[in-house]
Amino acid sequence: MAARTLFDKLWDAHLVKPQTAATPAVLYIDLHLIHEVTSPQAFAELRTRGLPVRCPERTLATLDHSTPTTPFDDLGQPVYASEEAAAQVGELEKNCAQFGIRLNGWSSEHRGIVHVIGPELGATQPGMTIVCGDSHTSTHGAFGALAFGIGTTEVGHVLATQCLLQQKPKTLAIHVDGALPAGSSAKDLVLHIIGQIGVNGGTGHVIEYRGSAIQALSMEQRMTVCNMAIEAGARAGLIAPDETTYAYLRNKPYAPQGEDWDKAVAYWNTLASDADARYDREVRVDASRVAPTVTYGTHPGMVVALHAPVPTPASLQERRALDYMKVEAGKSLIGMSVDVVFIGSCTNSRLSDLRDAADVLRGRTLDARVRMLVVPGSLAIKREAESEGLDQVFRAAGAEWREPGCSMCIAMNGDLAKPGQLVVSTSNRNFEGRQGPGARTVLASPAVAAASAVAGCIADPQSLLQEQAA
Amino acid sequence: MKPVTHLRSHTAVLAHENIDTDRIIPARFLTTTERAGLGRYAFNDWRYNADGSANAAFELNKPAARGCEILVAGRNFGCGSSREHAPWALLDFGLRAVLSSEIADIFRNNALKNGLLAVVLSESEHRYLLAHPGIELAIDVAAQTIELPDGGRFSFQLDAFAKHCLLTGVDQLGFLLSQAPQIEHFERLRQEAA
Repeated sequence: MAARTLFDKLWDAHLVKPQTAATPAVLYIDLHLIHEVTSPQAFAELRTRGLPVRCPERTLATLDHSTPTTPFDDLGQPVYASEEAAAQVGELEKNCAQFGIRLNGWSSEHRGIVHVIGPELGATQPGMTIVCGDSHTSTHGAFGALAFGIGTTEVGHVLATQCLLQQKPKTLAIHVDGALPAGSSAKDLVLHIIGQIGVNGGTGHVIEYRGSAIQALSMEQRMTVCNMAIEAGARAGLIAPDETTYAYLRNKPYAPQGEDWDKAVAYWNTLASDADARYDREVRVDASRVAPTVTYGTHPGMVVALHAPVPTPASLQERRALDYMKVEAGKSLIGMSVDVVFIGSCTNSRLSDLRDAADVLRGRTLDARVRMLVVPGSLAIKREAESEGLDQVFRAAGAEWREPGCSMCIAMNGDLAKPGQLVVSTSNRNFEGRQGPGARTVLASPAVAAASAVAGCIADPQSLLQEQAA
Repeated sequence: MKPVTHLRSHTAVLAHENIDTDRIIPARFLTTTERAGLGRYAFNDWRYNADGSANAAFELNKPAARGCEILVAGRNFGCGSSREHAPWALLDFGLRAVLSSEIADIFRNNALKNGLLAVVLSESEHRYLLAHPGIELAIDVAAQTIELPDGGRFSFQLDAFAKHCLLTGVDQLGFLLSQAPQIEHFERLRQEAA
């Protein structure tokens, strides 16, 4: 057989029927993640047609997008931002009960952001196909699973048939060699990559991240890198599974156990791209040149190193973005006044992210002008962080320690910034109005976000961290 | 889905590149459990001023855009989220086709499944349409062509199955359901291998 890439192997292993001139491929889906926002119309379609869910056991539901992150009320009930949000959650609860789907709902210890709990439970495994009505499904590619976002019509297709109709995408290898400098994180790396290939650089492609710098990343860091593959327009991001992957997954609740585990690892070890496999495109990135990086414009491809000057706008479009952001070309973002800091989202809400932010904040307080929200990605992460005392660090600094959810990343649950406010955010999208109408977003790593909260303006965490160490 | 065979309309132009799904429909309107009636939120934060009045400077609010069914948009239209609410909102708003030099994968896929023609043109064709707002175009789905007022013609790519579904109004779930024997066979083979 010809040499194959990781993507080719995943694709071939799930082909129910190959692509023909007249019809797309029929691809089998191993795990279908659902949440309250993009599923109700799909369930309605099933009802209209009188169809059951084909594989409820391959479907996993959670509540995350429109759910409040504030504490429950005196009666132990969530306090929704609107009746519509409450009704949407009620709809998912009803649908899961009626169709026999596991729901990590309000009473579940496993509740959290869909792309955080899948890996955390070991439901996400190498070799799988994973879909969700959410573009950041690319996160799960960190495990060597083919994982991508789909629309609601396709959510219905998967519920009804456990399959999707797909045109085979192209492959893009991103080789990342060299070592990330101390002080640069996985977030900085992926922002740097998107800046290099462009906000549409991955359109039509599945990215495979490869090379020594990728192998050196932890699973949480790999998830951050794959999470933002979609921000370069890619269908999915992939990283070949290895010992780091297996060490993370071993003994997770849904991971294979005992003999099944050994068998699974033997299979997972066959998934990496063959040495002489060919990609449609290849790009090289030197990790040693990745500085702490932030966005300065209104899409995730408009990035700049923290201390570097914002580039001169090359188009009317970029001019407009700078005007919206109130950013000046030729000057770095350091010192730009900050109103809100958000630590959270499926990009950066895991324990290591919270530790990075807490390391900067420990023993310090927020600047008086800054409001800071820290929103753990799941209830499990919240509990772990509390057992380490991280919540005390955040609270003592003056930050709000919240319940898990998507929160201010998508700003549809009541957590949002006011018009004109500048948010330094560890999330994934800096589109105009993404975090509230008129809000301005600077995407950054947890450490940069935390340092900016202390300074009241965009700041480098290095001096704060050195003081901590001294 | 109703069949989509021909479309004739003047164009409206939104030349901005990278018009993302949050621009097309902001997330705060996604708490709905319906797919109907989302047109009122299409381009919400562009269409309306903060006080709720119409933004007269927005292209689609201008009298010339009234009744327009074809949107010519800047490169990389529909980037961002997987929300199908984006094509639902555009269709309910009255659009039937979006033309650009590049359209984000998930948006394009969602659009075609709902009968919103998402058509990718070459850079030069795209430049021409951006520079000539308001001209009348005739789109022929079967022929995969766009006819210009001067008789010129652009052709475009469309995968055979999406085209079949558009022309006949057949939806894809019907086809997938008809694959049940193959799906069962696949599941059986895997179980045996395990």
